[in-house]
Amino acid sequence: MNRVNDRSRDIGPFVPAGDDDMVICRCEEITKGEIRKAVHEGMYTITELRRYLRCGMGLCQGQTCSRLVKGIVAKELKVSPAQLEPAAARAPMRPTEMRILGHEEGVCR
Amino acid sequence: MKHTAEAVIIGGGIIGCASAYYLAKKGCSVIVLEGSDYIGNGGSSRNGGGVRQSGRDPREIPMVMWGIQNVWPTLSEELGVDVEYTQKGNLRLGKTPAHLKILEGLTERAKACGLGVEMIDGDEVRKINPYLSEEVIGASFCPTDGHANPLTATLGYYKRARELGVRFITGEKVLKLLTVKGKIRKVVTENNTYEGEKVLVAAGYESRKITESVGIDIPMQKVKLTCLVTEAQPFMFEQMLGTAEADFYGHQSSHGSFVFGGSTGLEPCEKDNGHGISQSGSASCICRGIMKYFPALKDAKIVREWSGFIDECADKVPVISPVEEVPGLYLACGFTGHGFGIAPGAGVNIAEMMTEGNFTVDNMEDFRYDRFKAKI
Repeated sequence: MNRVNDRSRDIGPFVPAGDDDMVICRCEEITKGEIRKAVHEGMYTITELRRYLRCGMGLCQGQTCSRLVKGIVAKELKVSPAQLEPAAARAPMRPTEMRILGHEEGVCR
Repeated sequence: MKHTAEAVIIGGGIIGCASAYYLAKKGCSVIVLEGSDYIGNGGSSRNGGGVRQSGRDPREIPMVMWGIQNVWPTLSEELGVDVEYTQKGNLRLGKTPAHLKILEGLTERAKACGLGVEMIDGDEVRKINPYLSEEVIGASFCPTDGHANPLTATLGYYKRARELGVRFITGEKVLKLLTVKGKIRKVVTENNTYEGEKVLVAAGYESRKITESVGIDIPMQKVKLTCLVTEAQPFMFEQMLGTAEADFYGHQSSHGSFVFGGSTGLEPCEKDNGHGISQSGSASCICRGIMKYFPALKDAKIVREWSGFIDECADKVPVISPVEEVPGLYLACGFTGHGFGIAPGAGVNIAEMMTEGNFTVDNMEDFRYDRFKAKI
C-alpha cells in the first residue's frame, strides 16, 4: 500500500489494436480499447479506472471482469498483475432492494 | 526525477487537481503529491455530486456562482471528459414548519447575494418532481443549480493537468513542511523531499497535521458520511435534491443510477475505525430516508455503498488563503462536505491567488485562515 507512483513516467504511446472493440465489462459495456486508452490518460490503478470508465461498477460489481481488466492494465503499464491493487469490495454483496436494506432492526452503528 | 517546481500542491483531490490545472494553464510548473495510492480518493470521489449555490453560507455564494456561470457549462469540453453536468435546479425539501423556517432563512440570505432562488409549496414541488411524497410540504428551488459526476470531474482535471505537464505522484505522504530563510521551500514526504517557491496545502482534514509543522492550525474535524448507489433505473427526474437538515441528498445520474448520500445523526460519535469503511446501519438509515421522500424507489436495488471523510471547518466555510507568517504557503481546506460543486470556481481563484495575489471574486477576506476567534 501507498507505493510511490509517478504518473508522468513513460509507458509509451497508446497503440490501437485489432481487438480494441472487445467488450470486457459486460455490465457497463466497456471495451478493451477504452480501458487501454484510459491507462494512457493517466489511470494507472484499477480504482481510478473504475471511477473513470465505470468498468466493474455495474450490477456484478466487477465480479466477472476484474481479472481481465487487471491483466489489460498490467500489460499496458508493463508490470505484473500481482503489483496492481484490486478495487475495494463494497457492501452489499448482492444488489438489495431498498425496502429490504432499509428494514434492518439492529442498532444504527 | 525532478523534485522541484514553481508550485507544489499537497493533495490530489478535486481542489488540488483543479488548482494544478489552472496554474499549469497560466504557465506554472506544478508537482502534485497525493498521500493515498489514488487520485481523488477522499471526499472528491465520495460525494453526492451536487453543483449548487442554494443552501450555502453567503460567503461561498459569489465563488460558486462564478464557477456555475463561467466554468461548469463548458467543463466537459475543456477537460475532454464527460463530467455529466446537468443544470436543472436544486430542490431543498422540507417536511415540517421548522424545516421551512430553515429554508426561508437560507433563501433570504442567498437572495441578498443576488441568487435566483424561491420558496415553493408542496404542490409546486410535486409539479417539478411528481415522485416526491405528500410528506414534503415545501422547498426552496434554485433553477440554476444542478449536479455532475464527481468521479469523472476529478479525474478529468487530473487528466488535463497531466497533459499540460503537471507531475502527479501518488503514494507520497507528506510529513512536514520546511522553510528556508523565512519562506516556504521544502515538502518532506516519507520517501523524498520536494521543493517549490509556492506550496498549496489542499489535503482535506490531513492538511491540519501538515500545516502544524509550520505552526499553523485550522480548526476542523473529520466526519464520516456514507453514500450509496442504485442499479440503473428508468429516467425519473433531473433535479438535484437536498433537505432542510442536510441529512439526505442526491440525484439520478445520466447513467440511470440514483446516487444518494445521507447521515444517521450519530456520525460525530461513531467509533473511529481508522479508515473509510461504512458503519453497518448507515445505508439502511439512508434507504429509510429515501423511501419516505420517494416511495416509488422502494424496489430499486442498492448495488454499492461507500463512505468518506469530510473536513468540517469550525464555521463550515473553507479556508482559501495565503499564510502571512509563512510567505509562499497557501491553504485550501475545510470545504466541509460541499467542496465538489465549488471546486472549479475555487480552482480558478486559487490559481489567481497564487500567481496574482488576488481572487477573481471580490470577497477573498471571507476565506482567511486567521478568522477563527474564541466566543468570549
